[in-house]
Order: sequence, then C-alpha cells, then structure tokens
Amino acid sequence: MLKIENLHAGIEEKEILKGINLEIKAGEVHAIMGPNGSGKSTLASVLAGRDQFEVTEGSVSFMGKDLLDMAPEERAREGMFLAFQYPVEIPGVSTTNFIKTAVNETRKHRGEEPLDAVSFLKLMKEKMKLVQIDQALLSRSLNEGFSGGEKKRNEIFQMAMLEPKLAILDETDSGLDIDALRIVANGVNQYRNSENAFLLVTHYQRLLDYIVPDYVHVLYNGRIVRSGTKELALELEAKGYDFIKNEVDAISQD
Amino acid sequence: MPEENDDILEQVTSSEYKYGFVTDIESDDAPKGLNEDIVRFISAKKHEPEWMLEWRLKAYRHWLTMEQPQWANVTFPPIDFQDIIYYSAPKQKIAPNSLDEIDPELRKTFEKLGISLNEQKRLTGVAVDAVIDSVSIATTFKEELAELGIIFCSMSEAVQEHPELIKKYLGSVVPATDNYFTALNSAVFSDGSFCYIPAGVRCPMELSTYFRINAANTGQFERTLIVAEAGSYVSYLEGCTAPMRDENQLHAAVVEILAAEKAEVKYSTVQNWYPGDKDGKGGIYNFVTKRGICQGDHSKISWTQVETGSSITWKYPSVVLKGDHSVGEFYSVAVTNNHQQADTGTKMIHIGKNTRSRIVSKGISAGMSNNSYRGLVQVGRNASHARNFSQCDSLLLGDKCGAHTFPYIEVKNNTGIVEHEATTSKIGEDQIFYCNQRGIDTETAVALIINGFAKEVMNQLPMEFAVEAQKLLAISLEGSVG
Repeated sequence: MLKIENLHAGIEEKEILKGINLEIKAGEVHAIMGPNGSGKSTLASVLAGRDQFEVTEGSVSFMGKDLLDMAPEERAREGMFLAFQYPVEIPGVSTTNFIKTAVNETRKHRGEEPLDAVSFLKLMKEKMKLVQIDQALLSRSLNEGFSGGEKKRNEIFQMAMLEPKLAILDETDSGLDIDALRIVANGVNQYRNSENAFLLVTHYQRLLDYIVPDYVHVLYNGRIVRSGTKELALELEAKGYDFIKNEVDAISQD
Repeated sequence: MPEENDDILEQVTSSEYKYGFVTDIESDDAPKGLNEDIVRFISAKKHEPEWMLEWRLKAYRHWLTMEQPQWANVTFPPIDFQDIIYYSAPKQKIAPNSLDEIDPELRKTFEKLGISLNEQKRLTGVAVDAVIDSVSIATTFKEELAELGIIFCSMSEAVQEHPELIKKYLGSVVPATDNYFTALNSAVFSDGSFCYIPAGVRCPMELSTYFRINAANTGQFERTLIVAEAGSYVSYLEGCTAPMRDENQLHAAVVEILAAEKAEVKYSTVQNWYPGDKDGKGGIYNFVTKRGICQGDHSKISWTQVETGSSITWKYPSVVLKGDHSVGEFYSVAVTNNHQQADTGTKMIHIGKNTRSRIVSKGISAGMSNNSYRGLVQVGRNASHARNFSQCDSLLLGDKCGAHTFPYIEVKNNTGIVEHEATTSKIGEDQIFYCNQRGIDTETAVALIINGFAKEVMNQLPMEFAVEAQKLLAISLEGSVG
C-alpha cells in the first residue's frame, strides 16, 4: 500500500529525514516511536504533503502511484488520512459542514454523486457512535473551543467518515486522559480491517496497549534505526530511548 | 507556498466580472455636464411639478457652495463633474402600461442578471423595481401589494401619484444639505424606489430594487424612500451591477428610511458594481448616503450589506434612534480585492431612552486593496441606559492589502454601556493545509473559511439571497491565500 524508499527531506537547509525505508501493507498497523526531534512528525507531514518540507531524495508510492507527485488534497482523496497532532480551528465553519464538504469532495474524485442530506446524516450518526462524539459538538465551529480530548476524538470521527485506506495518527495520544485514550483507541480498533492500514506516530508505549501494532519502528536522527514487533515498544518503555541512542551513536563513531 | 499563492492570486485577479456586458439600446441622454439647465432638463423629462423642481434647484445651489469631502481613507483623482452625463434613459417606444410592453432587450438584460420581470415566473416571493441608468423600467406585483395598501413604485411615479407623501418625507431623514453627494443627488436624482407600508401591515413579500448602470459616461443618482407606519414590517433588498468600462463612473445614491412606533424595517444590500480591472482601471465610485430614523418607540431598523463591488466605496448606513426602546443594527461584509478601496461603516445615534444598537462588521481584504471600517456611536445627553455593542473583524489575504478600523465613540450620558471589540487575522497556511488534507482543494477551502468568517452577517440576509451572496463572496476572492 505504502512504500517509502530512501526518503530524504528537510526544511530550508536542514535535513531532518535522512533516508527512510518503510513498507506498509493492507491490514497492517505500524508504530513509529522515537525521542523528541527524531523526525516522527516530519515524516507524517511529508507523507501528507505539507509543503514547508522539501523532499530532496527518495521515492514514496501509495496504492501504486507516485505519492510525492500528488497535491495534498489528491493524496487525501486517494485515501490517505492524517490525524493532526494539533487540529486547527476554523471559526464559523461547523464541523458538520466541514466534513460534508470533505466527504463530497472525495466522492466527486471517485466519480460518485454527493451524498444527500438524509444519507449524510445517517452516515454521521453511525460514525458518531464509534468515538462517542456528541451531535452538539459537531454543530459547533470546527475545533473552536474544543477540549484536547474533543479535538482528538473529532479527528478519529473524521477518519471514520472519510474511510481512508491509510490513516496516519500523529501523536493522537498526546494530551489525552486515560478515558479519552480508550475511546479514541476503540474507534481505531473498530475501523481497523484487512483492507486498510495504520501508521501510529507516538512517543509512548501507552497507546500501543490499546492499539496493538504489528510492527514497531524506532526513528532516531532521521533514520529508522530499529524495527521489531510490539515487544520492542515494551523494551523501549523499560529502558528508555537512551539505550538506542547509545547504540546508534556508538556504531556511527566506529 | 508563496509561489502557489501567487498562482492563486493570479487566478483571482484575472477572474471575470460576470455582469460586465453592455446592452445595446438606444438611449435618450442629457448633454454632458451640470448646470441649472440640466437640473431643469431632468425635472422636465420627468414632468415634475414646480415644487419638485424648486427642491432640486435649491439643492443644486447649495451643492455649488460645498466642497468634496477629503476625510475618507481613499484616494482617487478629482472627479470632473462637468464630464458626466446626468440623465440617460433607455428609449422605449411607448411608456409601458403593463409588464408585457417592456422592451424585450431590457427584459433580456434583467433576465441575464437573474432578475425576472415576469410575475408568472416568480420564484421567490420578491417584488422588483428595476432601474436602468436614470429610470425605473418596471415594478412587479404592484397590484397585489396595493390590495394591502402598500405603495411600491418608482420615485418618478411617486412624485406624480403621491405628492403629499413625497413632500412630507423626501429629504426628511437625509436633508439635501447633509453632505456634498447628497446635495448633488438631490439636484439630479432621476429615479429610485418609493415604498410605503401602512400602519399594522406586514409586507408579505421581499421588496427589492435592482440597479443597473448601462450607458457610458453616465452617473447614476437614485433615491430610495421607505416609510413604515406604526406596527408595520418590511424587508427590502437592493442589488446592483454595471458593465465593465475603462473609465470610472459615479454612483451617488441616497436612501432614507422612516420607522414609526413598533415598525420594523430590514434593509439588505448586495452591492456588486463593477470593481475595475486588476490594475485598478475603471470601476464604479460608490458614494452613498443611507440613513434611517427610528421615529417611534420600540421601532427597529436593520441594515445588512454585502459589499463586493465598486472601485471605491464610501458608505455609512446609519440609524438615528429617536424613539425610546428603539433598536438599530448594522451587519456588514465588505470585500476588497485588487485595487479596490472601501471606507464603510455606520453611525448609531442614540437619542431616545433605552435604545440599543448592534454593529457587526467583517472586512476582507485581498490583492492591493484597502478596507476601512469607520463607525460612530453617539449617546446623547438624554439617552439614558443606551446600549451598544460593536464587533469589527478584519481578515487579510496576502501581504499587500490593508485593513483599518476607525471607531468613534461619543457618550454624553453616564448610564450608557458601549462595547467595542476588534480583531485582525489572516487565513493561516495551517487552516488551508488542514482542509487540503481532508480532500478539500485550496479554492474551496478559502471559500469555506471566508464564509465562516462572514457567517454572522450572511445569516441576516433573506434566505433567497444568502446563497447568492455566499457565491459572490467566493467569486470575489477565489483562492487568495495569505
């Protein structure tokens, strides 16, 4: 589904990603972990097409197409979703109206008719249950005055509405209390199936107790320095990132 | 991003003004220039009674003593008032007695603008007075309205048919001497709409006037007068467009509203005069005086305006709150792009006790444009417990445009409460990217964000026009990202 090869990217003169290789297949859940500043969020942003980052080398294919050649909205319409670490506020635009626009743009891309009001509401009601989000919240301006938990739940709700093939969750667990985390994780688990895939970007192992990954990768200094299964996350939790840092730094000094 | 922005801005600036066509009709024009003979010419053309001519001449003589105001935050070369044609009327074979007799070319012009003069084709429950250049060519639904005692006709007709009302009310809210452009308008006004709602009547449909400038080198000077008797209600809408021409054209209108006890008047404007081209060439100078007076207790006047056109806008729809417990409202969205300049706002003059006013102004600037809010809130000595709330928000698209706020507050009674809030923001790259990531392209995203920004005002528009106005906002600004 997604194949990243030797991806280098940075901002202005500074290189942040220094040769990422990663393949994600349908039905898989991958977790990317790593210390602050390792390039986790940059990877998520580059995949989504944020243009403040410049890709200097490498390739990414998504569903057989050249991802880097697509505008951010095309990537989204092709089925890539990014749950933002810091969802933005758009005053005066209700969440419902926003999602309706998004859903219909994607449908248009697929050559489908826009959803009429009744079918849209029906779909919304169904997906609302997934993350226990309230109708009242959805009629408010997008993310405006939402609590941290509400914002993150809204992201997952949007994911469920848009039914992406690959969902990238950028630190969706940050700032969530344990109940909110459970709700969010539950939403993801219900949506998870053999047709779609997830890339979880996280700092802590905690999220992985709830969304169990098939693979865990450790990102450090712009490279994936170690890959493994969920046990790797537990090891990191126990030993901290320092042991990986030391290992990597020792190798590079040789 | 910057490169992409330029592309988008390029698209916006090059987007065509949809209403820029010219109708090929023969017209009956006054000679260029302004003097007493021209005033007499206009009055004679309209077969006006002597008192009306005198009123005009008095205004003209006063105008000669005045100077063009310089205080607005706009710049333009001096206007040569002798280079303007003050009267231009489409030649119709005969004065139409019914809507069926209107010149098909004129009918087509309005059809093209989306205004149907055919009552059978009524879609929205709107009665229309259609004004082209200096004259009103048709007013629809007159009979139906007359059954309720409502008078809705052109100003010319009102002068002939209802002289007592015109004598009593014309110039009673906006005196001819009020300012430079009202004096000019009072001297040479050629048409406009008159609307009278008798006591206790709720007008069952939207009344609207559609103004169209067609002829070259002409100025349009129309007058609208709305009188709402005790306990009555009317919602009024005004729309305007003009062909694309290289020279600037002057539009100096006057609108007067009177609301008696417990009467309510809602006046909405969707202003889309030709804004000039992307280099700032041509466009309409829209110098308009609009004022309403809440004469009676518990009366209410509400102005809503969506201003997207004109090269220069100079306009302050105001409310004089004379009656106790009267309410004045002003809701405005002003959009400027390319080289457009807007200096617009309102005046709320609190005279009566327990009067309330509310101002919501949303300015959106793009391109090289300048957008200013100028507002006065005045609480008089006897206006105890007056309340005012003002909210002025500006949204900037791009880094070459300007947004300015000039609030004036004068309070002479210490029981009054006056609040003013203002914000300035830009459309963030973050917001655009967030929309993009949900499959929404940048154009649509900007339209979405702009409409969200202007929502509070758009919600005030009559349903039939809200959708149109939303589209207009999107077209005026398509994709100009900051």
